[in-house]
Amino acid sequence: MLANIQSLLSRYGMNFLNGLGTTLLLALISVAIGCLIGAIVAIMRLSHSKLLGAVATVYTEVVRDTPLLLQLYFFYFLLPDLLPALRLSKFTCIAVALIFNSGAYMSEVFRSGIQSIDRGQTEAARSLGLSASQTMIRIVLPQAFKNVLPAMCNEFVAITKETSLASTFYVGDLMTQYQTISGKTYLVIEPLLIIGVIYFVVTFTMSKLIAALERRLKADD
Amino acid sequence: MTKQFDVRTAPELIRVEDLHKDFGSLKVLAGITETIHKGEVVSLIGPSGSGKSTFLRCLNRLEEPTGGHIWFHGVDIADKSVNIDQHRQKMGMVFQHFNIFPHMSVIDNITLAPVLLGKMSRDEAVAKAETLLARVGLSDKRDNKPTRLSGGQKQRLAIVRALAMEPEVMLFDEPTSALDPEMVGEVLEVIKQLAENQMTCVIVTHEMGFAREVCNRVLFMDGGIICEQGDPRELFDHPQNPRTKDFLSKVL
Repeated sequence: MLANIQSLLSRYGMNFLNGLGTTLLLALISVAIGCLIGAIVAIMRLSHSKLLGAVATVYTEVVRDTPLLLQLYFFYFLLPDLLPALRLSKFTCIAVALIFNSGAYMSEVFRSGIQSIDRGQTEAARSLGLSASQTMIRIVLPQAFKNVLPAMCNEFVAITKETSLASTFYVGDLMTQYQTISGKTYLVIEPLLIIGVIYFVVTFTMSKLIAALERRLKADD
Repeated sequence: MTKQFDVRTAPELIRVEDLHKDFGSLKVLAGITETIHKGEVVSLIGPSGSGKSTFLRCLNRLEEPTGGHIWFHGVDIADKSVNIDQHRQKMGMVFQHFNIFPHMSVIDNITLAPVLLGKMSRDEAVAKAETLLARVGLSDKRDNKPTRLSGGQKQRLAIVRALAMEPEVMLFDEPTSALDPEMVGEVLEVIKQLAENQMTCVIVTHEMGFAREVCNRVLFMDGGIICEQGDPRELFDHPQNPRTKDFLSKVL
């Protein structure tokens, strides 16, 4: 078994690395853009507008109450049908699905972050003459962002693992590499062990970094 | 040292007419009619729950009045269609809990509003902020994060943050109630200086000695109305209304 692992690593090392790259890229894109969407959706949910609030609530509930794999299928088949002119790649469709998913989770993270900011902060800013949106952008969001940074990083760790579902569509992530290599070599356990170790090392390291970051932020206060 | 202040000659700055505020079925303000004159220093006193903070917060519409009018520069700012942000620029406010922006340095706390709202260039705002900081003895804290300031220092910063917008009136909502006793004096001293420089001030306070010494007029509120008002010495020494008498006998 050890010999098999060694030979897999020497023959397919680049495949594993490429897979890791794709996995991290997918996770990064979903979290970064999901973050932006999440902030907007959270503000919509907390706004006075009933319509915006309802749209935001429906979005977050639909995403949270349906399986991610279903969402991936949905966008994978829907987007090329909807926008044939764009000739969207598989990767793009899957990335959009992951963004759609992570945006909803991020909005909940942001909502709790915004609500954790003392109302006095808003009142002080408004009393100086700042508008509601200036107050949100200059006063509330920067403080909320700092409060939710650890939760955001946790979302990044979670989505890194969840991208494995994207292998259903052979987008080239770590799990896809497993399927490819296993198909070529008829080995199952050995490549699984290798990518398992890679997943573990990456997410474990990130978790430790997040814990350190949390300690830094606490010390800042 | 009560200043000589003649209401008859001072122009009016804020005129409040029949102001009402309900929280659900609770009537917090039950019809207030009052005029604040330019250069006047008015303190609002009364038992807790009497509506004095709500009255103050209605003046810049941090609380939305449920009825009545607030005339400021000929505009009824109680009208919901008014752009209140513009008027708030001319009304500074200081809060019980300071509400300093913890993610900005001391100087940025002061320059944020004047620069963002286009009142001054960045350089002008910085120069103005430095002058103000010197006036309240905080020059050496210029670039600090405000989290390390003491309560008294935070409140002095909050006052100059409001002053940086060059307001026409300053609203103080129990500015010393959250302070340790040894820091009350330094904050009251700053407010006193403002009063001496003819800044119009409306102050909700429990500091009766301060109200008596610095203010031109004292309004006693209870049950959502102004029960009695007048010259501080008169009101403190010879209260007429039984509710004022009862209140003063408990706090003096």
